[in-house]
Amino acid sequence: MSALLRHRLTWPVLALVLLLLLNQLFRADFLSVRVQDGHLYGSLIDILRNGAPTILIALGMTLVIASRGIDLSVGAVAAIAGAVSCMYIYSSPEPASLQTAATGVAIAVVAGLALGAWNGFLVSVIGIQPIIATLVLMTAGRGLAQLVTDGQIISVSNDSYQAIGAGYFLGLPISILIAAAAFGITGLLTRRTALGTLIESVGINPVASRLSGLDARTITWTVYVFSGLCAAVAGLMISSNVTAADANNAGLYIEMDAILAVVIGGTSLAGGRYSLVGTLVGALIIQTLTTTVYTLGVPPEATLVFKALVVIIVCLLQSSRARTLLSRRRRPVTEPSRPKVAA
Amino acid sequence: MSVLTRTPAPLDRPRMTRLRGKARYAPTLATMGLFLAMFAAGAVMYPGFLSGQVFLNLLIDNTFLIVLAVGMTFVILTGGIDLSVGSVVALSMMIAAALLQAGWNPAAVIALVLLTGATFGLLMGLVIQVFEIQPFIVTLAGLFLARGLCYVISVDSITVTDPFFTSMAQARIPLVGTLFVSPGVVIALVVVAVAFYVLHQTRFGRTVYAIGGGESSALLMGLAVPRTKVLVYGISGLCSSIAGILFSFYSLSGYSLAATGLELDAIAAVVVGGTLLTGGYGYVLGSLTGVLVLGIVQTFISYEGTLSSWWTRIVIGALLLVFILLQKLFTRKVRLT
Repeated sequence: MSALLRHRLTWPVLALVLLLLLNQLFRADFLSVRVQDGHLYGSLIDILRNGAPTILIALGMTLVIASRGIDLSVGAVAAIAGAVSCMYIYSSPEPASLQTAATGVAIAVVAGLALGAWNGFLVSVIGIQPIIATLVLMTAGRGLAQLVTDGQIISVSNDSYQAIGAGYFLGLPISILIAAAAFGITGLLTRRTALGTLIESVGINPVASRLSGLDARTITWTVYVFSGLCAAVAGLMISSNVTAADANNAGLYIEMDAILAVVIGGTSLAGGRYSLVGTLVGALIIQTLTTTVYTLGVPPEATLVFKALVVIIVCLLQSSRARTLLSRRRRPVTEPSRPKVAA
Repeated sequence: MSVLTRTPAPLDRPRMTRLRGKARYAPTLATMGLFLAMFAAGAVMYPGFLSGQVFLNLLIDNTFLIVLAVGMTFVILTGGIDLSVGSVVALSMMIAAALLQAGWNPAAVIALVLLTGATFGLLMGLVIQVFEIQPFIVTLAGLFLARGLCYVISVDSITVTDPFFTSMAQARIPLVGTLFVSPGVVIALVVVAVAFYVLHQTRFGRTVYAIGGGESSALLMGLAVPRTKVLVYGISGLCSSIAGILFSFYSLSGYSLAATGLELDAIAAVVVGGTLLTGGYGYVLGSLTGVLVLGIVQTFISYEGTLSSWWTRIVIGALLLVFILLQKLFTRKVRLT
């Protein structure tokens, strides 16, 4: 029992279940999933579908944070990815064909990889602190996206492109399937091989990792490229869902949501250990929280207040100081020899 | 007691940087040189650019950013960061606008807003210090909280019609000849002067620099590290609320979406002004110059006419990058000698 209580996934999962139950209390049909026109429908599916971009970005963010970094530029990268693909489809001679959509997606993915490589270059080769290095792209990125779209909202009508964010396959939304596939592949690559451990060792001590024969620079670089890729695919989902590229609002504050998802999931911001499942649960909590606010009839604008309170509570629970305080209260005389320290 | 039991950080920390002698002023001097060069370039390229009023307008249009950058300088000097400033500015504007609409006395409104901002900052500082959570994540939560509270006050824009605020918005303080500044400029420059005095002439200011130079050393020296770390966030919160009042003077309204992304501009101004992000080195006057450089970029783009507004963001990003690289160069060079 105590082992279960101490497991780092226990509290996030408990929070998610509580949130879902709370919703069920207020709306009796909340947990029901029905089949309509061969597709699955229901609030749970909506949560998954709307949360898919956050899950993807949080996935990339988890590995970056595990290497003791942070990527603030993901929202801007998502906006750029949506902008370049929509711009390509918009200006191509056959804006409705499958081939055009595929080329647009490929361009966006290449852009995401390139922007990720840029971040990785600044962090691993030049040696700039991750917050600041990615802040450059966060600041300039939205400007770049507006440059691509010329400040306009670019609308496209391409069925294949729209399928990424709004389509269904085997009754499930395609965005969920993409996020699930990315999650599975990342899990396999990092946990079934040594890669995950290597990333963690870079997060714990980059110098020691390098001295023990690890190519820390390449690993750091790789996690940023991966984060850029995830952000680009998420950007495609966001723009395809509304069939338009909005350089200003696409992926706005999504970096914050992703970081929160990672932190709630029990990955330490100090690097060195991560949990992909935790991140998934964290992203679902964030998305469910947004839905809960709607269900409860609270003005949707207050979502931010809720998110802030959740983050503060989760961070406080995770801080070592709070844990010692709590455990000291539970077991007041574990170390009788220890003198009382006022702190 | 707990101070002594804490293990000091290893001496070869990679973030430890040393800038000795004149090199300490190099980043700030580089920014001042850049500003003068940009102003000269503007004078050559555009007729009417070389006037005192163009320079004064840089101050008039950026009063709130100057005050924000001052608060941010304190935080960054200790090696921390405050992402909540833009939201606190918006919250201050909303509180001011809502209370003025309800018929409060402007003096009481300003006092309450400043108190709220300072308290907000102090609370974040307390969480950072007591629970040892990274400043980044705490102030991120602060960003959400303050922005959300804005929406709770009102989703719509509230216009300020209070006679005192409108008179502050329209007032012109004449200088020599036809030159003039707004009252906001005077307030902002007073804030800069006070910050300069506090950082260089008081025990508190020296502790701020000491924490940035090496927190464990500062602790071992018996400096009031915990108190100072909480207070810098209080100062940043106070500066944000002053900036909010100045923004209200400037825009005469309160709006939940106002000042989004202002924290990035403030951080950019501080970095461009030569303050090292690792803490310990930097000057408020540098941050003031940083704001002026960002302001002149904006002026250039409006003078050019053909350039769209998004170039501002791209140029600020590029400037940020150049100055970070410069910092890297300066610190590395000095370490080798």
